[in-house]
Amino acid sequence: MKWTSTEMAARVLAGDRLALARLLTLIENEDPHGLEALSILYPQSGNAHIIGITGAPGTGKSTLVNRLARLLRDGSAEAPDGVRVAVVAVDPSSPFSGGAILGDRIRMRDLAGDPGLFIRSMASRGALGGLARTTAGVVEALDAAGYQCILIETVGAGQAEVEIARLAHTTVVVDAPGRGDDVQAIKAGILEIADILVVNKFDLPSAENTLMALKAAMSMANYEEGEEQPWQVPVLPAVATRGEGIDALAESIAAHRRYLERSGELQSRDRARVTARLQELLRERLERDFLDRLPDGRYEAMIEEVLARKRSPTEAVAELLQAFAA
Amino acid sequence: MGEAAKGASIRQARPGGLSAFPARCSKVYNRKQEQPRLHRKTVPMTYRILIAKPGLDGHDRGAKVIARALRDAGMEVIYTGLRQTPEMIAEAALQEDVDAVGLSILSGAHMALVPRIMELLHAEGLDHVPLLVGGIIPDEDVPRLKEAGVAAVFGPGTSTHTIVEAFRQAIEEARAAA
Repeated sequence: MKWTSTEMAARVLAGDRLALARLLTLIENEDPHGLEALSILYPQSGNAHIIGITGAPGTGKSTLVNRLARLLRDGSAEAPDGVRVAVVAVDPSSPFSGGAILGDRIRMRDLAGDPGLFIRSMASRGALGGLARTTAGVVEALDAAGYQCILIETVGAGQAEVEIARLAHTTVVVDAPGRGDDVQAIKAGILEIADILVVNKFDLPSAENTLMALKAAMSMANYEEGEEQPWQVPVLPAVATRGEGIDALAESIAAHRRYLERSGELQSRDRARVTARLQELLRERLERDFLDRLPDGRYEAMIEEVLARKRSPTEAVAELLQAFAA
Repeated sequence: MGEAAKGASIRQARPGGLSAFPARCSKVYNRKQEQPRLHRKTVPMTYRILIAKPGLDGHDRGAKVIARALRDAGMEVIYTGLRQTPEMIAEAALQEDVDAVGLSILSGAHMALVPRIMELLHAEGLDHVPLLVGGIIPDEDVPRLKEAGVAAVFGPGTSTHTIVEAFRQAIEEARAAA
């Protein structure tokens, strides 16, 4: 199993699932070998529809992903023959031990035994935006490997975990009844990034109220007089455990894809994604190189100075940078 | 791991950049945790472990306790839940590229399930992945399972510490052999 990066890339393109699984691990570990293979594969990526599924813990994201992936595989009105589907499910890492329990597969048992489906669990490894730092790389690899639909399930997100919107073409936000009043619905954050809103567990009491509140909130979006409303965010009811509402969701996702293509937003979203990704990689690289070149103990000494209130954090950073320039 | 063990330096780090947490929190939960880290110079590999319950018994408290203990030891545990078929387990092990598979079996069907899972792991090209088994396993079956290639067998009452160390050891041995 010691493949060169070229061999690994070739195997992934040929449909070798073992090589793909290995590559995803190397990308997660930011292994230079794996990143090299990813660079070889990169030109083959860019064909997948990347769909983000986010929402608070326990709203039923995994169950919804399970149903949606099954439908996309089996064929919907849009793609009667079905498409190849990959699922990337992110769960949080413990801030104390760094360990994680990745339990999204529990709800995805209907997806077992299908060679056109690939499920991968990822730990967030300390990233706070709802994804792991390397999720984008993992998605690029799956895209290059020929998965036409990639469903990304985020960490159970509260209000500010909005990173998925930068990575996905279509962001589905899952909510459930009984999770707050109509002011929650107009707060900034996760609801804003929704291209599609799903009210799951629609069989619970007060589900209608939640649906109405969210619909009302969505219709408050402001547009200039005469401006064409770009995309009206649909609010869809669903009972994922029973598979209800999944057809409508799949249709809505396809409609959003058509909208993105028609309006030119697909290109602008892709551009925004690539820009953000470069920025992030650059920032990390610069930080690492900087710290590597700093004399030993300099950084630690500065922490002590700030702790002793001898310098403010801003001054400390300015001084570190100055020492480096000299 | 060698690299990481050396470094009390703040500049030695692992993915995750857990720099925001005071070291004392970490100490409570994991003695192995080092200083808060800022960035990674070398990336120590994280262990990925599949914990699965094959067969029909519906009692997964043991599996959950083990999953939790492995998590607290800094490992990433893919937990698949109850009533997994051998095929589902082998497929998950492949897709998740795990370093080890742990099975919890209380039904008494271990002599049927374990060899079957072994066979499927081999068929998927996962010969290098150690398999560990816990549950109600009669003494006379233990040598038979080990003969079949199982890395370790745990009965009721085994401490989680012993189990965590057995996973660590089995993975390190498999890596050394690779």
